[in-house]
Amino acid sequence: MRFFWRRPRATAAVARERLQVLLAHERPLLARPDLLVALREDIMTAIAKHVKIETGRVRVKLDHGDTVSVLEIDIEIPNAFASVLAFGS
Amino acid sequence: MAKVVVVTSGKGGVGKTTSTAALGAALAQAGQHVVVVDFDVGLRNLDLVMGAERRVVYDLINVVQGVARLPQALIRDKRVDTLSLLPASQTRDKEALTEPGVARVIAELREKFDWVICDSPAGIERGATLAMRHADAAVIVVNPEVSSVRDSDRIIGLLDAKTVKAEKGECVEKALLITRYDPARAARGEMLNIEDVLEILSVPLLGIIPESEDVLRASNLGSPMLLTNDSTVPGRAYLDAAKRLNGEKVPIKIPSEKKSIFRLFGRRAA
Repeated sequence: MRFFWRRPRATAAVARERLQVLLAHERPLLARPDLLVALREDIMTAIAKHVKIETGRVRVKLDHGDTVSVLEIDIEIPNAFASVLAFGS
Repeated sequence: MAKVVVVTSGKGGVGKTTSTAALGAALAQAGQHVVVVDFDVGLRNLDLVMGAERRVVYDLINVVQGVARLPQALIRDKRVDTLSLLPASQTRDKEALTEPGVARVIAELREKFDWVICDSPAGIERGATLAMRHADAAVIVVNPEVSSVRDSDRIIGLLDAKTVKAEKGECVEKALLITRYDPARAARGEMLNIEDVLEILSVPLLGIIPESEDVLRASNLGSPMLLTNDSTVPGRAYLDAAKRLNGEKVPIKIPSEKKSIFRLFGRRAA
């Protein structure tokens, strides 16, 4: 029986593989639908301790690739370094 | 202590309503007090599958809104008197289903019955999330087909996040009911087989309902599998699934191509 399951033309094998790849990508986000929001908040709190930032100037992005996922954090910090130091002290 | 079970799937047309009716009927025939609740507001069908479509007076939303009392809305099955139906509303807006209202109705049903089986609408919107909200256990109905498996995975995620049990840090018991399984096609590699589905979803198996003409026949007649004839192949599969739901240890037989042909002849000869 197993021989038949492994036939090259068996579309079920393709279905299984496609599902495994797809769900591996969908699951992490679904397990924590609030993951990005939570990450964003925590990152902001951490940075705001040292640097003055505006909430609207922070972008958090999660990209799912084939083998790895990339968490991208984009934070705009005001140019005047002096103001940063002033805030930090 | 009553047990609240949600029959859910994400995807439509996989057999939620048929399975709700069949599992409810099986448990009721075993002497348990069972209510099946239709959560598909606007598209009710459990009444039709149960053969009670002409007996609906009040519905779930009437009870939620306090227009009717629960006993007025419950329809007792004419064949098995331990089986009742709480129909959904066909006309009202699904927004009328409120979280506190549903909580109150479920609490009241828990007092009256051993089993409260909630037939979820398809999708992941309000009706579906409210149907699963108070569940102790979930029966996830899945067809061996890519879109159904993907949607089930999504629903499993919701069961682990959006239910009262999940929010209390507990876990909703989950079990898979694989329906419309065609052993011959699975053997030829044309359909995901049982191991594939279990491996992908990693949820324990409650039962396998083979693709069968008997399922349509039962809904044509408005007679859930088992209420008139429990000797059909899907009927027996539902009976076994109900026993497992009730905690009995019944070994799962994966239908094979050979066996189903044998059974077909057996039934015809009888």
